[in-house]
Amino acid sequence: MTSGPTPTGELNTIPRLLARNASVYGDKPAYREKEFGIWQSWTWSQVAEEINALALGLLDMGLAEGDHVAIIGRNRPYFYWAMVAIQSCGAVPVPLYRDAVAEEMAYVLDHCSARFVIAEDQEQVDKVLEVQDGLNMLEQVIYLDPRGMRKYDRSKLHDYKEVQAKGRASGLQGELDSRLATQNFDTTCVMLYTSGTTGRPKGVVLSNRNIVKSGQAASEFDKLNVDDRVLAYLPMAWVGDFIFTVGQGYWTGFCVACPESPDTMQADLREIGPTYFFAPPRYFEGLLTNVMIRMEDASKGKQRMFKKYMDIAREIGPKLLDGKPVTFGERLQYAIGNILVYGPLKNTLGLSRTRVGYTAGEAIGPEIFDFYRSLGINLKQLYGQTEASVFVTVQPDGEVRADTVGVPAPGVELKISETGEVFYRSPGAFVEYYKNPESTADTKDAEGWVATGDAGFIEKDSGHLRIIDRAKDVGKMADGKMFAPKYVENKLKFYPNILEAVVFGNGREKCCAFINIDLSSVGNWAERNNIAYSSYQELAGHPQVLATVQEHVEAVNKSVAEDEMLSGCQVHRFCILHKQLDADDGELTRTQKVRRRIIEEKFKDIIDALYDGSEKVSTETEVTYEDGRKGSIKATLELRDAKVFPTAAQRIAAE
Amino acid sequence: MTMAETYQTPDGRTIGGQVMEMKNITLRFGGVKAITDISFDIREGEIRAIIGPNGAGKSSMLNVMNGFYHPQEGEVWFHGKKRGPMKPHQIAKQGIARTFQNIALFSGMSTLDNIMTGRLTHMKTGILKQAMWWGPAEKEETENREVVEKVIDFLEIQSIRKTPVGRLPYGLQKRVELGRALAAEPKLLLLDEPMAGMNVEEKEDMSRFILDVNDEFGTTIALIEHDMGVVMDIADRVVVMDYGKKIGDGSPDEVRNNQDVIDAYLGVAHD
Repeated sequence: MTSGPTPTGELNTIPRLLARNASVYGDKPAYREKEFGIWQSWTWSQVAEEINALALGLLDMGLAEGDHVAIIGRNRPYFYWAMVAIQSCGAVPVPLYRDAVAEEMAYVLDHCSARFVIAEDQEQVDKVLEVQDGLNMLEQVIYLDPRGMRKYDRSKLHDYKEVQAKGRASGLQGELDSRLATQNFDTTCVMLYTSGTTGRPKGVVLSNRNIVKSGQAASEFDKLNVDDRVLAYLPMAWVGDFIFTVGQGYWTGFCVACPESPDTMQADLREIGPTYFFAPPRYFEGLLTNVMIRMEDASKGKQRMFKKYMDIAREIGPKLLDGKPVTFGERLQYAIGNILVYGPLKNTLGLSRTRVGYTAGEAIGPEIFDFYRSLGINLKQLYGQTEASVFVTVQPDGEVRADTVGVPAPGVELKISETGEVFYRSPGAFVEYYKNPESTADTKDAEGWVATGDAGFIEKDSGHLRIIDRAKDVGKMADGKMFAPKYVENKLKFYPNILEAVVFGNGREKCCAFINIDLSSVGNWAERNNIAYSSYQELAGHPQVLATVQEHVEAVNKSVAEDEMLSGCQVHRFCILHKQLDADDGELTRTQKVRRRIIEEKFKDIIDALYDGSEKVSTETEVTYEDGRKGSIKATLELRDAKVFPTAAQRIAAE
Repeated sequence: MTMAETYQTPDGRTIGGQVMEMKNITLRFGGVKAITDISFDIREGEIRAIIGPNGAGKSSMLNVMNGFYHPQEGEVWFHGKKRGPMKPHQIAKQGIARTFQNIALFSGMSTLDNIMTGRLTHMKTGILKQAMWWGPAEKEETENREVVEKVIDFLEIQSIRKTPVGRLPYGLQKRVELGRALAAEPKLLLLDEPMAGMNVEEKEDMSRFILDVNDEFGTTIALIEHDMGVVMDIADRVVVMDYGKKIGDGSPDEVRNNQDVIDAYLGVAHD
C-alpha cells in the first residue's frame, strides 16, 4: 500500500487516526519491542484494544477531561499507548525526561497540576513519591514494572495491566465514546516542556491540529507509507520523538520499534534496519569516529580498499543521490564499491534500508554529512523547534547541502525580521505556553508569527534558509554590516585541526579571531612529519602550524565572502592562543561553550594588539591547574594577517 | 533467636521454617582445624549472612554447605533430611546454586552461553539428541532459553548478551556469575563475597539484585561478605565467625552490639 490515506474531516485527532488504522491496517504491525531477546509485535487492531482498555481503566480511576497526566519512562510501546489512551479520555499527556532529577520533576508535575502519573519502574516511582508531599494535586501513580515495589503502600499505586483489566470490566465504553466524539482539531493533543536553557522550563501546548497537520505534511513530503519502519530511541519528552512516532506514525500507520534497553540501541538498530531515521549530529559524529578508529586497526589491505572506495564514493555518491548525470564507468566503480565497502558498512551501522534520514539540532560538519551521503544514505537536514511541532524548514530530495537547513516545510511561511531574526507561521505553530501568557505574547504575535530566537537569512537563488547564530549574539560591524560570530566559528571548527575559535568584531571595522588548535589532530600530524614539540604552547607557535591555520582561515574567508550579508565577518587577523580555553579558567562553560565576555576581558592585550597592527605580542596569562593551584604562562604570540576576499558585488564594481 | 517455626522481619516479611541446618560442624585439613563445632540454621525466604575476618573459615563453611567439603564431625540437614556424602552435581540437583569468590566463568563463551550452563541440571535429553537438535531436545532448549532470557532481563544485561565474558569488566562478570546461579532456579543460593572488589555504585547495584532475587523469587540466600555496611543493610540474620568458631548469631542489631564481635573486628590482645 503506497498511497497515503486521503484526509477527511473526521481524521482530526490522534484517537480517530488510531480507529482508522485499526480498521484499514488492522493486521499490519504497529509496534515492536524486543523483550527476552525476541522481537514482540502488536498489530494496529491489538494496539487499539490495549489503548481502549487503558483509557477505560483511567476513566474508572476518575480521570477528568482537561487533566494532565505525566508519563515518565523510556521508549516502550506501553507509554506510547498511554499517551493515546489519555488523549482518548480528553486529558493531556505530558511526557517527562526520565533522567530528570526529583526536583526538576517536581517543578513540572506541580506546574501542570498532574493528578495521575504513569511511571516506568521503581526508580521513577521513587522519584515521584519523594516529591509528592509538595504536590497537592497528585493522586495516583501507575507503574509498568512491579519489580522491587512489593512492599510499597498500595493505596496510591496501580499496576498498568491491572488498570487495563479493570477498564475492560468497567462498562464505561459509552462514556469514553461520548468523550471521543466531542474532540476536534482544537483539542489539546500533548504538552511538552522545553529544556529551559534560560529560566524555568515552559510547557508548550500543542493541539491535534498542530500534530495531525504536521504529521501529515511531513509524511507526504518524504512519501512515507505504511511499510516504513522507525526505531524510537530518542527521549519521549522531546517533540521530535512525538512527531515521528505518534504524529507521522499514526498518520501513515508505519511500524514503530522500541529497543530492548537503552544500551542495546545500536544492536537493535541493525536488526530493525529502519527506513526512516533521525539522529542528532553528535550521533553521526560518534558513529563516524568509531568507524575510523576500527579501520585503523584493520589490516593494510582492507585499509587500502577502504580508502580507495571511499574516495570514489565521495566523488560519485552525492551525485547519484541528487540524480545528477554519472558516466557508466563511474556507476560501475560505485557498484563494486557498494559490494566491497559501502554495503557491509551500512549494514554494520544499521542504515542499509534507510530511505530518509534526518539530522537537526545544531550545525553538522560538512565532512561528516558528506561521508554518510557518499555511502548512499539519504541524510538530510531540517530546522525546527518544539513550538513549531518540529518542522520549520526541511531539505527536499536533490537539494541537500551541509550549510543550509532547507526550504520552508509544507504549509510553513517564513519571514526574516529587520533584526535578522527568523519568524514562521504554520499549522504546527503551538497554541500557547501553559499558564504563561506573557511568554506566549513575547513569542507569538496576534497574526500567528512565531519568533525562533535564531538569526538567519534566505538564500536568494535557492530559497533555502540558513541559520547564522542565536539572535542575541548577532551584532553589527562599524559599517552597519551584520556580525555573526558563531557562523564563522563553526566554519573554522569544521577543520579537524581547529578545536575552538572565537571571533571578535562587534561594533568594530574588522573581525579578528583567536584559534585553539586540536592537540590530538595537530599532534598526530607533527608526529608523522617528525616535528618535535614539548607542549601545546610550543606546537601552537610552530611556523608550519601557523601556516596551515592561515590557509584554513583564508579558505573560510573565501566562503564567507560569497555571502553578501555576512561578508563583513571575514577574519582579517588572527593568532593561535598560547593556552587551550578551559572551563577551569572560566573561559568555557561546563558544556564547552565559549564565554565571549570573559575571554574578551581576559585577553584584552592580545585583542588590542590584533587591532593595532603589531606583529608580535608578549603576554602573561593566569591559569588554574586541575588541583586548584594557580600559575601563569608567559608567551610571545605571532599575529598574522589573513587574506580577505571581495564580495561578488564588490568584484563586479571593481571590474 | 528463638527457634519458633516462623518469624517476622522488621520490613514485614514472614520467614518460614528451616531450609538447612548445620549441626556441630567440625572441618579439619590434616592437623589444621578450619571450622570448630559450629551450628546454625538457614530459614526459608531469609537472607543469611556469614561474616568474619580473613581466615575465619567462611568460605570453608560455604563449601561444606554445598557439599564440596565433607566435615569430619557434625551433620548437615537439608529440608528436614540428613545429608549423606554427595557429589557437588547431586547437591546442585537438590536446588542449591552458588557463585565463587574468584570468578569461575568460561571466559571465551558469551554471557548467554555461560548462563545457559546454569541450566545443565535441568536438561534431560541425551547429548546425541542435543547435538542433532532433534525432537525433545529442541523443545527443551527453547524452554531453557526462555528461563535464561528472563534472568538476563532481570539482571539488566541485555546489551552484553552476545559478548564473550572475558571482555567484560569485573563488576559485570560478577553479575553474569549471579545469572548463571539464578538460571538453575535454586531454592538456596550461596554467594561467596558477591561484592568483593567492587566500587560503591557496583555494590549498590549488586545489593539491589540480591534483595530483588529474594523478593521476586522468594529464594533463600546465604552470603559471605566483608563489607559490614552492606551486610547490616541487607541481611535478616548474621552469623559471625572468627578463627573457625562461631562468636555471634542474630539480627544485624544484635550482632553489632555483641562484645565478642566488636573484639574480633577491632582486635583485642589474645591471652
